[in-house]
Amino acid sequence: MPEWWTYTISDFVHFSARAYYRVIERHNESGWPAHLLALGLGLAASAATLRAPARPARALCALVAVLWAGVAWTFFGRHFAAISWTAAIFAWLFAIEAALVAWIGAIRAGLSFSRRRRIAGGPGLALLVIAVPGYPVLAPLVGRDWRQAEIFGVAADPTAIATLGHLLLADRLRWELLAVPILWGLISGVTLWGIGSPTAWVPPLASMFALTAALHATRRDPGQAR
Amino acid sequence: MQREPRAASLAVMGHSTVTRRSILKALAASAAALALRPLGAFASTAPVLKPIPSSGELLPVVGLGSWITFNVGSDPGLRDECAAVMRAFFAAGGRMIDSSPMYGSSQAVIGHGLARLGRAAPVFSADKVWTASRQEGEPQIRRSAAHWGVGRFDLVQVHNLLGWEAHLETLFRMKEDGRLRYVGITTSEGRRHRDVEAIMLARPIDFVQVTYNVLDREVEARILPAARERGIAVIVNRPFRGGDLIRSIASHRLPPWAARAGAATWAQLLLKFVVSHPAVLCAIPATSQVAHVRENMAAATGSLPDAALRRRIAAHVESL
Repeated sequence: MPEWWTYTISDFVHFSARAYYRVIERHNESGWPAHLLALGLGLAASAATLRAPARPARALCALVAVLWAGVAWTFFGRHFAAISWTAAIFAWLFAIEAALVAWIGAIRAGLSFSRRRRIAGGPGLALLVIAVPGYPVLAPLVGRDWRQAEIFGVAADPTAIATLGHLLLADRLRWELLAVPILWGLISGVTLWGIGSPTAWVPPLASMFALTAALHATRRDPGQAR
Repeated sequence: MQREPRAASLAVMGHSTVTRRSILKALAASAAALALRPLGAFASTAPVLKPIPSSGELLPVVGLGSWITFNVGSDPGLRDECAAVMRAFFAAGGRMIDSSPMYGSSQAVIGHGLARLGRAAPVFSADKVWTASRQEGEPQIRRSAAHWGVGRFDLVQVHNLLGWEAHLETLFRMKEDGRLRYVGITTSEGRRHRDVEAIMLARPIDFVQVTYNVLDREVEARILPAARERGIAVIVNRPFRGGDLIRSIASHRLPPWAARAGAATWAQLLLKFVVSHPAVLCAIPATSQVAHVRENMAAATGSLPDAALRRRIAAHVESL
């Protein structure tokens, strides 16, 4: 790409905020009232993680995997694809995370929680609060319609942030499961900044917050890392 | 293929050498354009027209871009809003709409608008070929035309010079076959101006599209003079820097002398600056709002600034 240094983010974001949030609105319309179920599942999953059952969280991981796959298929594959060629790439990214969570967490039982041993309990809880009950109110807070609210399990950003929260509450650091949601926060932030969204800072901040917490945990206890 | 330098083209508001042939061509093209406009679509004040140097065909000095603004996917409500913008555009005397396969669903949304307005919409269809593959060029142009719902494009441009050597061959061949009317190249934001100039001097293109506005005036040095010398029509993109320019000066009061340029708003003053350059055929600001397209088209009417007023406009905006 000649003169690559002259390109800015806006050269690669080919849609407006108006079109983007309308895609979210139509995505919400097409799935309603599944959002209530997703929100309920999100709260239940958060509670289950905090209760920290003694056995591996297979069911939780299966749920999270299904939700990542659902976002890949329904949001990116069906709605976002109408305004951006990057939808296929992002769909694959979410599908990869779904596969990883399913394999490592649900099939291999490689993810478990313990109240006495959490990677980063405080940061994990904070991210869950932001993603599950917090994210839906972002839309009206910044002047958008409720119908454009982003909900865990239905929209990409809160799904990724909630996953980071769950992973920080686990008893062992799983970098292979953290990578995609951290990366997604950065990608989303860049995209939202490109369209001038006032909430562009939220996903990358969540990613950096999770990354910092994970690195701190690694330094504190090298045995945490895998 | 070398091209002989042409005499500078006539501008309706201007000057320079003309030929009888170019006048007859221009009159014929205007009559054809007027015949296509549905009753009731005539603006109370018609836009200023300038001729395409290679043919004499007259076009209004303000067109309509579709970058970002028309990429609304399959949303029926947003598509109808874009159709309303197109309706207002044509009603105000507009003709050139510019798009590209790079602009997502914009082409299909334009097609939706044209279908809603009826095929009598007097559109001058300007699109682009945007692929590195020589073989993919023609199929892509066909797909684009299908999105628009047009049999052929008036103008096809090589987008950002991607694969330009192969695609110019294709486009010249298609023009010879009557499958398009004009051939052009594009760039934006000051990129690859040397390559653009070299192509302008070496190939018989009809159009060149570049970024030009009151702050980004690099093209004044070489490309605009080369366009006049070679008889190449200039389309201007980013006359408002994507809206950033207007936003950055909107809080400042419009100077009282702006009325001398026939401008009642900053957008109109900035557009008149661009389209008043003798080498510029038209600017293609993009918008998703009917009010803005009417404001833009109003800039295409009335008087255009002369050189002294243009310098004053540039100096004033730079000082803000």
